[in-house]
Amino acid sequence: MKVKYFAWVRERVGKAEEIIEPPASVRTVEELIAWLSGQSEAYAYAFEKPKVIRAAIDHAHVKPDAAIAGAREIAFFPPMTGG
Amino acid sequence: MTCPVTIRIQEDDFDIAREIALLTRSRTDIGAVVSFSGICRSDEDGAKVAALTLEHYPGMAEEEIARHVGEATSRWPLNGVTVIHRVGRFMPGQNIVLVLTASQHRQAAFQAAEFLMDYLKTNAPFWKKEESATGTGWVEAHIRDDEAAARWTRS
Repeated sequence: MKVKYFAWVRERVGKAEEIIEPPASVRTVEELIAWLSGQSEAYAYAFEKPKVIRAAIDHAHVKPDAAIAGAREIAFFPPMTGG
Repeated sequence: MTCPVTIRIQEDDFDIAREIALLTRSRTDIGAVVSFSGICRSDEDGAKVAALTLEHYPGMAEEEIARHVGEATSRWPLNGVTVIHRVGRFMPGQNIVLVLTASQHRQAAFQAAEFLMDYLKTNAPFWKKEESATGTGWVEAHIRDDEAAARWTRS
């Protein structure tokens, strides 16, 4: 699946997007955050406060317990500050 | 009642008079147009802001705005909506966002414009980075914006 990062999450991860293949045991958004955090210090830094991180699946906001099965694109970003 | 909707995300500035003219062109059923402009300000909680950079999530930003406009048109009798959000780097005094709402009577246009701005601030995927004399940093979300959006929640 494709993963995108925005704002300071993007800066901390060090890339804007990538293709990842998490193991089948990773089923939800929060499990994906935990799995990514274990991949490197950059991810651990980006996701050090998981409660602050917002997520979207296929362009729609989702909660941490949302299932990632079938997702084409998952995005992680900080709380929004537009307008 | 037809309610044409225009949603644009662009780097270029917008012309408010032109956008209002486009919204009301050939229409005689519109009795009220409310215009909200969000402008880059230099003073943020006492600190001088030199510039703002706005980043967005292409694709989702347009879809999220469209969802909010859909919600607004279902809640109020609107005759037209325009939302333009700029991205890029802005200096104080420059336009960032435009919301236009048109309706037969003023109340719907006023309320829908406020609703749209409250939801844009908290739910549309845009992020501001601020440059000042003390450095550069991402703007933190304000609890007051969450509270402003929450008051529109229907139980």
